[in-house]
Amino acid sequence: MSSRAGSIEAVDGPVVTVADAQGISIAELVLVGDDHLLGEVIRLEGNTATVQVYENTGGLEPGEPVYGTGGPLSVELGPGIIGNIFDGLQRPLEVIETRTGAFVHRGVSIPPLDRQRQWLFHPSVRPGEEIHRGSVLGSVFESDLIEHRLLVPVRLHMGGVSRTMLAERVAAVTPGEHTVGDYVASVDVDHRETRLQMMQRWPVRHARPYRQRLLPDVPLITGQRVIDTFFPIAKGGTAAIPGGFGTGKTVTQHQLAKWSDADIVVYIGCGERGNEMTEVLIDFPMLVDPRSGKPLMQRTVLIANTSNMPVAAREASMYTGVTLAEYYRDMGYDVAVMADSTSRWAEALREIAGRLEELPAEEGFPAYLPSRLAEFYERAGRVVTLGGMNGSVTIVGAVSPPGGNFSEPVTQNTLRFVRCFWALDKSLAAARHFPAINWIESYSEYLDSVEGWWSKNVFNDWRGLRNRAMGVLQEENHLQQIVKLVGADALPDEQRLVLETARMLREGFLQQNAMDPIDTYTTPQKQVAMLRSMMRFYERGREIVARGAPVIRLRELSIVAHLIRMKNEVPNDRLTEIDDIGLALDRQLNELESEYL
Amino acid sequence: MSAASKEYIGVASIRGPLLVVEGTTDIGYDEMVEIIGPDGGRRIGRVLSVSRKAATVEVFEGTSGLTIRSTGVRFFGRPLTVPVSLEMLGRVFDGLGRPIDGGPEPLARERRDINGSPINPTARAYPSEFIQTGISAIDGMNTLVRGQKLPIFSGSGLPHNVLAAQIASQAKIARREEFCIVFAAMGIVRDVATYFQLRFEESGALENSVLFLNLAEDPSTERIATPRMALTVAEYLAFEAGKHVLVIMTDMTNYCEALREVSSAREEVPARRGFPGYMYSDLASIYERCGRIRGMKGSITQMPILTMPNDDITHPVPDLTGYITEGQIVLSRELHLKNIYPPIDVLPSLSRLMKDGIGEGRTRADHPDIASQLYASFARVREVRSLASVIGEEELSAVDKSYLRFGEEFETGFVAQEAVEDRNIDTTLDIGWNVASILPKTELFRVTEQEIRQHYRVPERGV
Repeated sequence: MSSRAGSIEAVDGPVVTVADAQGISIAELVLVGDDHLLGEVIRLEGNTATVQVYENTGGLEPGEPVYGTGGPLSVELGPGIIGNIFDGLQRPLEVIETRTGAFVHRGVSIPPLDRQRQWLFHPSVRPGEEIHRGSVLGSVFESDLIEHRLLVPVRLHMGGVSRTMLAERVAAVTPGEHTVGDYVASVDVDHRETRLQMMQRWPVRHARPYRQRLLPDVPLITGQRVIDTFFPIAKGGTAAIPGGFGTGKTVTQHQLAKWSDADIVVYIGCGERGNEMTEVLIDFPMLVDPRSGKPLMQRTVLIANTSNMPVAAREASMYTGVTLAEYYRDMGYDVAVMADSTSRWAEALREIAGRLEELPAEEGFPAYLPSRLAEFYERAGRVVTLGGMNGSVTIVGAVSPPGGNFSEPVTQNTLRFVRCFWALDKSLAAARHFPAINWIESYSEYLDSVEGWWSKNVFNDWRGLRNRAMGVLQEENHLQQIVKLVGADALPDEQRLVLETARMLREGFLQQNAMDPIDTYTTPQKQVAMLRSMMRFYERGREIVARGAPVIRLRELSIVAHLIRMKNEVPNDRLTEIDDIGLALDRQLNELESEYL
Repeated sequence: MSAASKEYIGVASIRGPLLVVEGTTDIGYDEMVEIIGPDGGRRIGRVLSVSRKAATVEVFEGTSGLTIRSTGVRFFGRPLTVPVSLEMLGRVFDGLGRPIDGGPEPLARERRDINGSPINPTARAYPSEFIQTGISAIDGMNTLVRGQKLPIFSGSGLPHNVLAAQIASQAKIARREEFCIVFAAMGIVRDVATYFQLRFEESGALENSVLFLNLAEDPSTERIATPRMALTVAEYLAFEAGKHVLVIMTDMTNYCEALREVSSAREEVPARRGFPGYMYSDLASIYERCGRIRGMKGSITQMPILTMPNDDITHPVPDLTGYITEGQIVLSRELHLKNIYPPIDVLPSLSRLMKDGIGEGRTRADHPDIASQLYASFARVREVRSLASVIGEEELSAVDKSYLRFGEEFETGFVAQEAVEDRNIDTTLDIGWNVASILPKTELFRVTEQEIRQHYRVPERGV
């Protein structure tokens, strides 16, 4: 439904000024120039419109036409999203490759969802039944893992009028094979039959509605020990991973995308490396979800707007990703969004703001940066959906601070809106201690809310165990200041035991090798078992040292190497081996103790 | 875009490298421009922004000598292009692609837009083929793979050029006939350019090289086009002619300064240290033109060189580069002063693609673990050294003393080698184990017991 809306007045990089702009609204999607490049209206002044163009504007000339599309930038919601890779505007990159080859050219117009593919529709409502916005019409199997529940649209557009779907009666349903464009049901609205497609659209910059917000009190289990045990994130929570280059933001994001127990993962590669997206594309179909035994790709959606793709589309990619996540949340799923990296998105804002000659706030970033970040992270949450199901969107955002310095505007403003902070540390990364999450600087505000889940499902004194281990690490951090001045040998033995235990915790627990087949993922049960045996070494060791045994004797116990290596030597399903290590530990400690009785 | 060229005489204003031409019609954004000075000399430029009334033109060769009234400006109706063909091998061009070796314009059936197009992430093949550079600190600890972009972060006075030339001549990237080098110089002194030419000649790589030279005395804004010219040719050689191309670009700091010059002439809002807010995107448009494509034979491996002003790794140029490239090789002034060549500081150095290029079937099964062990142990050396400087070496525990010896041997035996010494990967890893064996077995946590049995040397045998 495009109509001529003006002509190009000026071109400056991705920003195009349109003269004689008529009949277009702010935030409307427009087609720019003879090649119909996609753009969005970001400013209207009198007859002049300013448009940010999502594609390379090279060759665009003043005088070329601009067309309105009548609606804001929207995504298509329906089966065919899972397992796909889209660019920031939801264009399917694999289809684009078959059209234009290995390089992406501009002006390609391909619908996001496959219009030919048939899906077997199983209705769950019958004619005469009452339905309302967000309730389930029926489902199709989108992948082996995901039952795609087709939802009644929030609003229905009928002949130029839009109304909210509150209590309507189903007139007919059509089970069987359908494409996304087919009508699969109809409702009786004011005695007029209105048909519903399998697919619907939603404007990306608007959060999808839900019935009620719930407290996030179920942890998102990631299998990453430093996160799950020390700085847990809840389903429906928000977290930020800031770190300079080379500290492992992307590897951590990949690990979370692989192993977290979300039903669906939306991975947004926003202004990052092309090869990283390729890695996901190659790895995920081969990796198997530990819970379902199916390839991880069958629950993953990728949004790839790499650093060399146009900058304005990078700005849109975050919204595209989170809107897809909300759609699956509304089906009653737990969805995790990995946004890598939010700094590149902020830089896209800065670039556009600069071209608009807006007055900058800090470091050239626009003054509305904090409010945009807040809007984005507020789209996370655990909710009761309009259809009455429980679902959640968890957002984990990577931040790339210039020079690795956390005092810069994007990191600081992100910290105001997220409740979990995993600080990546350059010196840990340099020692190849990964994940390089600094345990002194990081925090999680979800500890209290997920404690109940851990005590009920894994270990009743989980919080106490975690806090005692954290205590050792904090004391070690304090002692290290002294060690730097006088050396460890000058410390009394009980303090050297703290250093020894902390070393064990660092090497054997905090450090986790993403490449190791066993170590890459640790179940909550194994995490607790590991930590208990290490803390047993510390607590029994303290008694023995108090009796006069030198720390060196404890350190030389042959079991110590096993305590450190159980992370990659004991598989998740053979936890009795950790019990055996525990027994051997007790035996060796008893022997040692008997010498000093 | 209109195909015919249009010419205007006289400009409205000249500021720094920028010209504003008024009264233009049918001019496209990013179009190529030729500027004819009062003396008849021709310069090349491009359209930076355009409106119905005027076009702003960036003049690559600078605006000195131009006048308001008699400057001629010709718009070509197409973007800046470069000819691409196999005939360019063995030739030397200036920063804008004009031959400067006395030879004729190369015959080319095709000219390509120097801006290229982004590679579709779905079309990429993941880089995983090990390239042996013969340098232990790289092969053992920061392994380079085919299709990777791995910059050298250096400082003024450090031997980055020697290292780059050594890598270029030793890199076992493929059989000779499939291998070529594209060299882009931006603002480097003539001696350095000559040094590279001589080294390529010695190693027999010159006839398989294409050189683009923008020297220190050449106009600075020309540097903005130079890497794009070079990469357009590299893309042709890799993805049309099926060659494995190593692209060396030096010095990226000069490139970024040229970018800053243009940005400040346009009075843009700066980000850090006066560099434009879009420098990340701009650098990405260079560095991302690299990699492998599924179903295509060739590859582009990039080795950009940049000098960190004041050796500061948080300076915007190395910082933004590090966020885009797949790791970095960092040179250290401290090692250089200790007379260690190559002065590679392994701790801040990193190769992100290393994990997929090493191990069983690629290099050696023990490679990942021993590399990780050497990192961890050498990180500990730093702590012990600072402790020793406070309490004195004699006061250290026996274990800490072994760390000091390990650190010494690691730097002089493993990292250090001759500028012509070409070590194979087995030698590199064996030296690594020899050095690690200075430490007691109980200190080796990153390797398995089996690996210790297989590779750990009894200390008496020495290194």
